[in-house]
Amino acid sequence: MKNRKNSPKIRLWAVCFWLTVWQLGSMALNQKLLLVSPLQVLIRLSRLAPTAAFWSTVSFSFLRIAAGFFSAAFLGSLLAALSARFCRVMELLAPLMLAIKSVPVASFIILALLWCPSRNLSVLISFLMVLPVIYTNVLEGIGASDRQLLEMAQVFAAAPRQIILSIYLPQIFPYFRAACGTALGLCWKSGIAAEVIGLPTGSIGERLQQAKVYLDTPDLFAWTLVVVLLSLSFGRLFLFLLDQLALRLELV
Amino acid sequence: MTDIQISHLYKDYPDKPVLTDFSARIPQGKTTCLMGPSGIGKTTLLRILMGLEAPDSGTITGLPAPFSARRSLRRRNTGQPHPHMSAVFQEDRLCGSLNPISNIRLANPTLSPEQVKAEMEAIGLTGCFHQPVRELSGGMRRRTAILRALLAEYDILFLDEPFRGLDAGTHLLTLNYTKERCKGRTVLLVTHDPREAEKMEAEQVLLLE
Repeated sequence: MKNRKNSPKIRLWAVCFWLTVWQLGSMALNQKLLLVSPLQVLIRLSRLAPTAAFWSTVSFSFLRIAAGFFSAAFLGSLLAALSARFCRVMELLAPLMLAIKSVPVASFIILALLWCPSRNLSVLISFLMVLPVIYTNVLEGIGASDRQLLEMAQVFAAAPRQIILSIYLPQIFPYFRAACGTALGLCWKSGIAAEVIGLPTGSIGERLQQAKVYLDTPDLFAWTLVVVLLSLSFGRLFLFLLDQLALRLELV
Repeated sequence: MTDIQISHLYKDYPDKPVLTDFSARIPQGKTTCLMGPSGIGKTTLLRILMGLEAPDSGTITGLPAPFSARRSLRRRNTGQPHPHMSAVFQEDRLCGSLNPISNIRLANPTLSPEQVKAEMEAIGLTGCFHQPVRELSGGMRRRTAILRALLAEYDILFLDEPFRGLDAGTHLLTLNYTKERCKGRTVLLVTHDPREAEKMEAEQVLLLE
């Protein structure tokens, strides 16, 4: 059973409380340039949302960041499986994963700008941020596999496909899910940061940068809200579908 | 398959010797009972016969795929399965997220779910066909583990204290079911209870001392 203390839920009253604090703060400051009110942000968003340019910008960033996430989830899992099977692969990848985890994301973005066009920068950056998280967790999950169950499968001469489906996957699933939960937030933060620095045309990052240059604070807040909503809804939807798949495959 | 001949088996653990010059013959098609005090090496012997551990020295012949002590070690390291073996371990060793049918079919995928259900009913396992085994009672999990072993395809069956933890009524039902299913098969039963050996109509009792 989940420990409620360790998994705090977002309560409506708490959200309302902080929105009120924000509203009162902006009213007290009375400086639209420094802090706009939540109401002004919503008004700006309602003006942006019906336009085709808005949805084109959203889909541009979403598709690239999601592509980075999915490719890292796939490759991270595959590399973890190879590392668990061949210790030389694990030894080979250890310094690489440590380097990816330790190097600041800004350094990667600047370096990557030299290698690839800014248009696809967010794919590479979100991929690099997600890869070590998935790799480390899945490898840990494989390492924690129940040896007694593996012996049982050996005695019964179970098929490799059955061993993977019935023993390894249920063991790895909680680790993979936790890694995805962490990585989903990371990929949006790093992907948008890459766009803000690389300024690919038609991206959310470009719109944020423009809002900064023209001191258009409502626009800055509105686009930030869009990123938050995209990140939350993509994360929730992905984890929901993942849970449904796990139930179907009897992994949980 | 012929009788299994175990000759001069030695197995030491760092803190103590477990098997010292152990020799025995396990007749084909009969039930052999292995008895002795706790920690004497009964489970270790079973693990060696199943190929899960290698003896320090000694030979074993007559197993479905004949192997010596050295061959056992090599097979273990290559991860190749030992064919035609089945076992009830001391622990249930069930996949907790799978239902009993999936657990049983893991050992024998040729069985249909309907066949498994019929056998489950015969052993008193009803109303839990689609429940994950982690949600079942200890007795139900034990019977699932026993059924998995009995429904697998095997030439030799290892039973390591299989009826432990079953209540009196279920114990008798499960024991009788096991006895019927094992008739004419080679079985090595580890137990502390002489009555179990008698009820299982063991051909011989090996005492480890």
